[in-house]
Amino acid sequence: MTDATLSPAFAAPPATRVRGYWGTVGNRLRYDTVTLFFLAVVVLIALAAILAPLIAPFDPNKTSMAFRLKPIGFRDFRLGTDELGRDMLSRLIWGGRMSLLMGLVPVVLATAIGGTFGVVAGFVGGKLNMLIMRTMDIFYAFPSVLLAIAVSGMMGGGMVNGLIALTLVFIPPLCRIAETATTQVRHLDFVEAARASGASDRSIIQHHVVGNVLAPVLIYASSLISVSVLLSAGLSFLGLGVEPPTPDWGLMLSTLRQAIYVQPLVCALPGAAIFITSLSLNLVSDGLRHAMDVRI
Amino acid sequence: MWAYAGRRILYAIPIAIGVTVICFGLVFLAPGDPMVNLLPPDASPADVAYLRKLYGFDQPIPIQYAKWLVRAVTGDLGTSLQTGRPVISEVGRALSNTIVISLGAVLLAFSLAFVLGTLAGYYAGRPADRALTAVSVVGVSVPNYWLGMVLIIVFSVQLGWLPATGMGSAGSDTFSLFNWEQAKYAILPVVTLSMVPLGIIMRNTRAAIAEVLANDFVETLRAKGLGETMVIRHAVRNAFPQVLAVMGLQFGYLVGGSILIETIFTWPGTGFLLSKAILTRDIPVLQGSILVLAMCFVATNLAVDLLQTAIDPRIRRA
Repeated sequence: MTDATLSPAFAAPPATRVRGYWGTVGNRLRYDTVTLFFLAVVVLIALAAILAPLIAPFDPNKTSMAFRLKPIGFRDFRLGTDELGRDMLSRLIWGGRMSLLMGLVPVVLATAIGGTFGVVAGFVGGKLNMLIMRTMDIFYAFPSVLLAIAVSGMMGGGMVNGLIALTLVFIPPLCRIAETATTQVRHLDFVEAARASGASDRSIIQHHVVGNVLAPVLIYASSLISVSVLLSAGLSFLGLGVEPPTPDWGLMLSTLRQAIYVQPLVCALPGAAIFITSLSLNLVSDGLRHAMDVRI
Repeated sequence: MWAYAGRRILYAIPIAIGVTVICFGLVFLAPGDPMVNLLPPDASPADVAYLRKLYGFDQPIPIQYAKWLVRAVTGDLGTSLQTGRPVISEVGRALSNTIVISLGAVLLAFSLAFVLGTLAGYYAGRPADRALTAVSVVGVSVPNYWLGMVLIIVFSVQLGWLPATGMGSAGSDTFSLFNWEQAKYAILPVVTLSMVPLGIIMRNTRAAIAEVLANDFVETLRAKGLGETMVIRHAVRNAFPQVLAVMGLQFGYLVGGSILIETIFTWPGTGFLLSKAILTRDIPVLQGSILVLAMCFVATNLAVDLLQTAIDPRIRRA
């Protein structure tokens, strides 16, 4: 809340330029080499996934019985081939699409839904708060992996069911964070002042609540992206994700599992891709949290 | 404290009821007629109609739920479509195997994480802290099903030191961790399973210890001339209840979250049972094991909260 412009009467230029909040955040990030490095990794993975049709050397679904389970560096197959003779590098590049999609979409949906429920519960309070938060508590009684597997296992797998299951898993924690932040803000003096000056609930939420709730919610949501990547790959691994032959890291790991005695290194590649993605996402989220100075 | 404990126990009741509602509702998520899902595919229409009436599936949903709940409470979770055995005995058997590796992972992860986290917190900001924090980030980010595969590749395929899968010839009935011939089957699953809680508990311990050490009373301790060992002891005592809460949650996650690990190692626990049930669409087993696992999680959380109240005199929560 450091605003350089006070009122016209005090409009003398400040001796040093005062940074706003986002300026400070940006400045902290600029010197955080670890975060910047892993941000670059995330951007590279995302670019590779988006540009998959252009950069993948082979068709990811082209099978070849003659070249099954070839080692890394075999002829043109830089990362070897899988159990159906498909090029691993191409499948890994294409597989990033599904992983990033399954990492991002449930978190975005859950942030919107859980965040809204949380702000409403915190702002309205009373019985509605009880109802919303106690319902969330019930979902908290399930370990997240179990809930995701329970829902998508019952619905019978598939990408959309996986998205629904993961969204459902992430709603309660985001709702709780939004509710806590809203409840804290609701009784602060500036909200009382806004109300006394006749501001409507809607404008109070818009101008005072959301601004204060957004930072913790977004930071927490960013930390969930890597969880979502891990969980969705886990669902695919159990056969609850996309249908074969769609390239997907979790599914690749699962089908290659039978071949660990033949080509152990090739079989470990999809998992390594999941690991690097999740590690990078985690470290970027940590860096952001640090730079934005948010405590959850 | 007793008042708080009483309230906490009372509070667990609606949660437990809510969990049963969700588990009951899960069957309706499955595509198709819930009654048909609960019966083998070769059941005759007459059987379906008979059981529909017997189980009350022709009645309104709240009554169906009440009937299901009464049966569940008395231990009747239905019959497995695959094996024809009662779900409760299948789940019970599997649960004891899951608890074996969960407890192993708990002992390994908790003790290691607490020591390393304390060290990281004590050396906060210094190279030792950065190295340890890197370890914990890896622990949190690693897909543990993949780690399991890598461990199998290294220790079973390449080195041939440890068995890759299963539980050994003795099976689950006489399994003992003190018998090496059997215990060696548990080592890789336990190590794999302990990775995520290791990372999470280390992080939390580090944060808690660093926070305590930033307090003024720590300065006072040092000013009094206390040695660093004593200072750390003070920090540990203050940070422990907070860390304990995280540990309890993690134990619950281990019991409920070992699904992928058990699948990798074909360890015959609840997770393996669940993943088999998913593949074969054995809905009664799916529903029953989810219910039992979620109830275990609720009970663990309750126990941890009560324990935390008992050891931390500062907790007089309203």
